[in-house]
Amino acid sequence: MKTRKIPHPGWNLEYLMFLFTRISGLAFFMLAIVGLLSALYMGARLHMNVGTLMRWTFFPNPNHVVDSDIPNIDAWSNGLWQIFQILILFFGGTHGLNGLRVVLEDYIKPQGLQMLIRFVIFILWIFMLMLSVYVVMGS
Amino acid sequence: MTLSRKVGLRDGLRYKGGGPMLAWILHRISGVGMVLFIGLHVAASFFTQQTGSNLGINLNIVYESIYFQVAIYFFVLFHGLNGMRVIILDLWPRMIEYQRELTWLTWLIFIPVYGLTVFIMVYLKITGA
Repeated sequence: MKTRKIPHPGWNLEYLMFLFTRISGLAFFMLAIVGLLSALYMGARLHMNVGTLMRWTFFPNPNHVVDSDIPNIDAWSNGLWQIFQILILFFGGTHGLNGLRVVLEDYIKPQGLQMLIRFVIFILWIFMLMLSVYVVMGS
Repeated sequence: MTLSRKVGLRDGLRYKGGGPMLAWILHRISGVGMVLFIGLHVAASFFTQQTGSNLGINLNIVYESIYFQVAIYFFVLFHGLNGMRVIILDLWPRMIEYQRELTWLTWLIFIPVYGLTVFIMVYLKITGA
């Protein structure tokens, strides 16, 4: 008889990632709301259309507002927004790649393949974070 | 009693999970879609920024086309709203009793917000404003 393996309750990877997924989900809402309100405060109503505003809300990168007619880009590309972008990328990358791991492990059962998936996704995670910090610092 | 998980595609499609199951499957599809598309967009931006190559520029042109934007907006908005429902259910487990109503509430918020934004995006695209 083959039974399903149930993870023990406690501070294991599944529980930690369960908590992280919820907390980062709430953090996306907070970061998006702060970004949206700041954009409106900085004059987005007069200088850009709704698509550009949404692009900024999802990810406050100065390259996302270049096709608007804001007079001065300085307020849109300072260190605060770089911190925001790195936070969104860290939360987003971890939340997303962990989600990909959960989905793949639901459909691919062999133990060896699951370890391989975890390894590949871990490498991808590190690589993606380095790449995106590079983009944020350079833009 | 063994737990058999060998469910074929036809049985899977015939399973009548209703609204919450549709929300679950869309949550999965939209999550994987976001990882793929936004990961591609970040990689393309990196190549454009560091090497100025045509690969990155062309990938970003595809990514910024209206078709992709409408799909990405669906993924992000649905994943966000449905994720909020999941968080509410996890924080207050008693709400499980009303999960069908919460699923309907998700759609009630999603449809007007998504519809209005897509209308504006398509309108601006067609009129070229």
